[in-house]
Amino acid sequence: MTAPKTLYDKIWDAHLVESQPDGTCLIYIDRHLVHEVTSPQAFEGLRMTGRKVRAPGRTIAVPDHNVPTTEGRDTHIDNEESRIQVEALDKNARDFGIQYYPVNDIRQGIVHIIGPEQGWTLPGMTVVCGDSHTSTHGAFGALAHGIGTSEVEHVLATQTLIQKKSKNMKVEITGKLRPGVTAKDITLAVIGKTGTAGGTGHVIEYCGEAIRDLSIEGRMTVCNMAIEGGARAGLIAPDEKTFEYVKGRPHAPKGAAWEAALAWWKTLYTDEGAHWDKVITIRAEDIQPVVTWGTSPEDVLPITGTVPAPENFSGGKVGAVKRSLEYMGLKPGTRLTDIAIDAVFIGSCTNGRIEDLRAAAAVLKGRKLAPGVRGMVVPGSGLVRLQAEEEGLAQVFIDAGFEWRLAGCSMCLAMNPDQLAPGERCAATSNRNFEGRQGRGGRTHLMSPAMAAAAGITGRLTDVRELMGESV
Amino acid sequence: MDKFTTLTGIAAPMPLVNIDTDMIIPKQYLKTIKRSGLGSALFDEMRFDQQGNEIPDFVLNQPAYRDAQILVAGDNFGCGSSREHAPWALLDFGIRCVISTSFADIFYGNCFKNGILPVVLPQDAVDHLMEDAAKGANARITVDLEAQTVSASDGTVFKFEIDPFKKHCLLNGLDDIALTLEKVTAIDSFESDMQTRLPWV
Repeated sequence: MTAPKTLYDKIWDAHLVESQPDGTCLIYIDRHLVHEVTSPQAFEGLRMTGRKVRAPGRTIAVPDHNVPTTEGRDTHIDNEESRIQVEALDKNARDFGIQYYPVNDIRQGIVHIIGPEQGWTLPGMTVVCGDSHTSTHGAFGALAHGIGTSEVEHVLATQTLIQKKSKNMKVEITGKLRPGVTAKDITLAVIGKTGTAGGTGHVIEYCGEAIRDLSIEGRMTVCNMAIEGGARAGLIAPDEKTFEYVKGRPHAPKGAAWEAALAWWKTLYTDEGAHWDKVITIRAEDIQPVVTWGTSPEDVLPITGTVPAPENFSGGKVGAVKRSLEYMGLKPGTRLTDIAIDAVFIGSCTNGRIEDLRAAAAVLKGRKLAPGVRGMVVPGSGLVRLQAEEEGLAQVFIDAGFEWRLAGCSMCLAMNPDQLAPGERCAATSNRNFEGRQGRGGRTHLMSPAMAAAAGITGRLTDVRELMGESV
Repeated sequence: MDKFTTLTGIAAPMPLVNIDTDMIIPKQYLKTIKRSGLGSALFDEMRFDQQGNEIPDFVLNQPAYRDAQILVAGDNFGCGSSREHAPWALLDFGIRCVISTSFADIFYGNCFKNGILPVVLPQDAVDHLMEDAAKGANARITVDLEAQTVSASDGTVFKFEIDPFKKHCLLNGLDDIALTLEKVTAIDSFESDMQTRLPWV
């Protein structure tokens, strides 16, 4: 009998091309997602060395990071550098014969949203992309992580990566979530507990009743932020919900291939007695709706809390908190619900899917943005946008005073024109609250779509549970 | 990629924890399609005000540290995005080595692809080197990859651990794509085996 394995062990073993005595391994990559910002230098490297893309059929390209989210972008992008990057991707996709979703294709969107949507992401796969939020795909029980541009070139040329195996970390969320608490609150609460380096060197498997209870989209939100906890990847074992989500997608297996795939996918779980290097357990009922107050995703507190003081921390964090509070323009002891906002951003690979838009729209229905608050909804893909229009969600946002945008990464990283002005404060459903992330001097508070919607209505950070009544 | 063997140089102290990739190189500089020329944008929003003037307090703007080749930094350096623009910017500025108690995984890996040595040392060693770095341009730190040591200006020597394969590639300036392509037969046979095992992939 073989030793019990974790889900990570099983996927790793199924993709091991070669291993050296020192533990350096060559791992096969099933899917390689490519976007315009981290790939031009990799394609240039291939041209300079006369190398080809080894497996164009496993490589999928889409522009998302710096495309404008306003109409007319398919014919003209004002920013010259952005336009050049998008044109370069277009040319590289054509020259190297890889799958491509151009900006005018309804299926275009954020790379981590369209991969699953098109059925490119399947359980048990290895998935990489030159983007740290590739961990999103772990929601399917795929080993998925971000890589740098040199590794993008390595995968293009060889369809493999040189890797050492990470350690196994289990994050278990036991019991049931309370009303108003979402996948985003889970993932932020975990980072709040472990810190942004808590997962370094590990692959996290999220498990427990509260994780099982999440939809696939909620699981994507959880795994998306595994990287913010420092983990190489986040994983959730596939189950009936996963198979149901995948079935019938354009690139999912069909017929006999589906049956064969399903048989293997059903073996993808952590065996009883498998070894964990680190274990974190959180009771779902202890998780509250949370927001971030600082400039690191670990700066998480329940919305009922108050801004902490630097003295509440130790070591290097004291100085970091001092700097954070200054940057964020916050004073210790301020109630989080007294913090006024200027903008709301709903979107990103963390929370730009249809269920996220439904959750925000449920809070907003029949209500309006507070005076002076700017709201922006950026669906994660053209298909999400279309569906939201068909379901009447778009109209709810428009009636509430939100801008209804085209798909892209948008104000999550503010590479395109969607940015905060210096000092502007934003309730954001994205994944990073770093200094300058949403625009130089911009102040970001991370939260769930429902919480962001609630903040938009009152004009301050708000406990969504206070607004939950007939409309939610 | 340039080899990394030994380096003796000025080290700039950056005691802040969680220095993220957005601090190292803000997104507006990711629009380039080249690897070069990013040194002028390194730590842009910490280094320059909104008018583009230098912020005098920032360490790399201080006369002693303008030619720094080493950074000594707080915990979890390079957290955040996978952007290789971060090591490209460090390298273009002239930084060849970063010393910290810990690094984010992707950034750590990216350094090795660009001839930059990230050195992990325990807190007390980093504290010692941070103090040393704070002495300015007259305090030189020496990093020896072959011997796996960092020597402070007072002669204290700290030994560090490093993955042997990564060390070998960095010492010799090796291109991993060429190394992997030597294993093309193994990749071919893995692919044909996978056609049988997991034909739908």
